[in-house]
Amino acid sequence: MWFEELLISIKASMVLLAPEMVRPLVSALLSSMPILMSFGGLFAMVTLLERKMLGRIQNRLGPNRVGPFGLFQPVADGIKMLTKEDIVPHSADHLIHFLAPLILLVSAMLGLSVIPFGQKLVAVELEAGILFFFAVGGAAELAVFMAGWSSRNKYALLGALRAIAQMISYEIPLILSSIGVLMAAGSLSLVEVVQAQAGGMHAWYIWTPWGFLGCILFLIATLAEVNRSPFDIPEAESELIAGHMTEYSGFKYAVFFLAEFVAMFAMCALTATLFLGGYHAPLPILSFIPGPFWLFLKLILLVLLFIWIRGTMPRLRADQLMEFAWKFMLPMSMANLVATGLWIALDGGVLGWILSAILNGAAYFGWSHLLSRASGVKPRVYQYADDPQTHA
Amino acid sequence: MIGKGIAKGMVETARNLVGSYHESERMVTVEYPEQKIPAKESARNFPFLVYDGDDWQTGLRCVSCQICEKECPPQCIYIEKDTEKKPDFLGKPQFQPKIFDIDVSVCMGCQICVEVCPFESIRMDREFEYAGTDRFNDMLFTKENLAKSNSYYHQIHPTEATETDGIREDKRQAHLLKERAKAEKLAKAKKEAMEKKAGASSTD
Repeated sequence: MWFEELLISIKASMVLLAPEMVRPLVSALLSSMPILMSFGGLFAMVTLLERKMLGRIQNRLGPNRVGPFGLFQPVADGIKMLTKEDIVPHSADHLIHFLAPLILLVSAMLGLSVIPFGQKLVAVELEAGILFFFAVGGAAELAVFMAGWSSRNKYALLGALRAIAQMISYEIPLILSSIGVLMAAGSLSLVEVVQAQAGGMHAWYIWTPWGFLGCILFLIATLAEVNRSPFDIPEAESELIAGHMTEYSGFKYAVFFLAEFVAMFAMCALTATLFLGGYHAPLPILSFIPGPFWLFLKLILLVLLFIWIRGTMPRLRADQLMEFAWKFMLPMSMANLVATGLWIALDGGVLGWILSAILNGAAYFGWSHLLSRASGVKPRVYQYADDPQTHA
Repeated sequence: MIGKGIAKGMVETARNLVGSYHESERMVTVEYPEQKIPAKESARNFPFLVYDGDDWQTGLRCVSCQICEKECPPQCIYIEKDTEKKPDFLGKPQFQPKIFDIDVSVCMGCQICVEVCPFESIRMDREFEYAGTDRFNDMLFTKENLAKSNSYYHQIHPTEATETDGIREDKRQAHLLKERAKAEKLAKAKKEAMEKKAGASSTD
């Protein structure tokens, strides 16, 4: 608490220094500044971390030339990006081409404004915070399509069309899987959702059957929503050069990159808030450590999970992506909602826990069994590799 | 069941990630300019000219027969014969190259020149760290650059070099035998001639 009080009192005294007319503006600036700065810094570190981890997964060392352990690699990358020529195609729609990266970044940043970083550390405390989060997140689709359309490039347009299809499809399971939490917390306000999970690790929603399945579904939908591997088909390098970013270079490209990462951070922060107790410490004894630390720790762990997934899975085909969204994610999140309702109706007791676990388990195993039977995909038989004759 | 394969894959990559810190077989990357793996004996890239002894000009095995020049698929070898002859390892006077150039920017390292050479004079090198600022002159190796000693050859390709030395030793023995046979024949002929002469003079 002392940390939050300190921050709040610093901000209050700084606001008082300004003339009375501009005080609301100064207050808003001071609230947004730490978010912009900390996530900008986090972006730089995560780009390095991602390359290092991917390298290790592929038996490489990753960047290690600039500074000790390659720690200054983000600086070098930044200088490279900023000094590159900013090319706008001759036949592009200049205004929209210019606006697209900005809108993407702003929509990603706005999402962070409703995330509670501590008991009192919320930039904008809204009654319907999560609604606001998903609403501004929806602007990202617009920005991606603006980028793809205005570039006047086939790759960019194809990438943008894929991105729209993917982001809209996955928005449905994304929101449906988060509804369970809102039902249990009884509020749309993220502050209240976090407060409902106070009192240590056992109170987090991830330990309930519906919360566990919801969290996994939410994370999968998040991957698709922020266009990360294995759902990175909008910018599939091997097919579409860079998708909607094909015609961007220099600083605008860097802004796209930044926006993508900030959107991922925002989504991870929301996952932590909804399912992992937000800024709460895992144990009540540890609550002397300030809340922002815990939120950032959870956020970084989730980002590590995303990097791990990126290093493991190949990119999906567009039709597989759609089938997965509509045939698996959507029914699963629907079943999860029913399980949540059951849990709430039984007041979260042992019986409710068991019943919702059975319901979710049955839905998962039954549905995936039915799906794999309907798809007609059999275990692959290798004509030569598994033949015992060739090994003899 | 959906997700089983994914979990299996995730475990494998995690093992790679953690193992790269303490298992050498999971971290196979070598930081090249600072660390180098010792070259394998069979490594080869560009040809060089072998010479015996200490002086490369007198010891050069090449007799400028130009077979390699004719056989070279990308035609990267250029040879001009010298008018002067020099004795080879058998003591026979042989031609020597006035110009022997290999354009290594054209050479594809096929080793055909090595296989056709009847004088064991051109062999494959394993040196690969070549760089130049001029692609026409810096990558054109003259015979001064190409000549390398037999001991260097032994150092890089010991098995092959020993084999080559064996071939040359056989040639030397064969040559010596031939010389001896020739000398004997000559001596015999001389003797016969002498006897004939003596016989002829005695009958006189």
